[in-house]
Amino acid sequence: MIPLSWYLILSAALFSVGLFGVLSRRNAVAILLGIELMLNSVNINLVSFWRYGDVTQMAGQVFAIIVFAVAAAEVSVGLALVISVYRRRNTVIADEIDLMKW
Amino acid sequence: MTGEQITFLVVALATLGSALMVVTTRNLIHAALWLIATLFSVAVIFALLSASFLAVVQVVVYIGAIAILFIFAVMLTRKDMRDQSPQLNKNWWAGALLAVLTFGGLYALLQGWSGLSRTVADIPSGFDAVAELGTELTSFTGYVLPFEVASVLLVAALVGAVYVAFNPRSGNIRK
Repeated sequence: MIPLSWYLILSAALFSVGLFGVLSRRNAVAILLGIELMLNSVNINLVSFWRYGDVTQMAGQVFAIIVFAVAAAEVSVGLALVISVYRRRNTVIADEIDLMKW
Repeated sequence: MTGEQITFLVVALATLGSALMVVTTRNLIHAALWLIATLFSVAVIFALLSASFLAVVQVVVYIGAIAILFIFAVMLTRKDMRDQSPQLNKNWWAGALLAVLTFGGLYALLQGWSGLSRTVADIPSGFDAVAELGTELTSFTGYVLPFEVASVLLVAALVGAVYVAFNPRSGNIRK
């Protein structure tokens, strides 16, 4: 028997690792990798609440599927932007993409 | 310690270890490969939670599509992959502090919640979660509207991605 807390703590730890990646990496592609980790930790949370709540209510799994779709949309647009910026400015370092910096 | 708990701990350690490799390793191709390991461990977590459909979707969509897209993007922007400059920005310690504080805050929040030690209930016999999920996603009393909105969002995002990444001077790659 695995208590619900184990899943929630794993999810919180995975979210924190992803947050560290988003805040600390310089490469824009690596920042998107961190965002993927955070979205996965959210999915673990949703599915574990589905399993430990009322299993006949499918809201947790449905929301996880919508998170999958949003993650695919986010990563395709994000990588297209990174490739476009690389083509125009020849860099993917987030600090150097400062055209709109005030 | 039951076998289920040992399985969970092994998979959780694999998830967190490969996630740490994703955010710390220098070579971005290796980071993308570690991301595949993380995503596969999360699929095993879904299987432990008896969400079989989501485990399969995790492997097919995340590993099969998203991780491969990442590898393509790393290869298309590989000039910065080879350079010797540091991979972490100069405020990385603040990011690490914030991540540790987030984890500590979530942990403290969870400790104060009464439902934390809830144990798993048996799935009622004859209940087919995959069939139920399909019915919910396509029935008008269920979640057909959010499902269709998600598909429209995906189409719009993919068309936008093609437009953004399209090079009108294709064949004229600038050095």
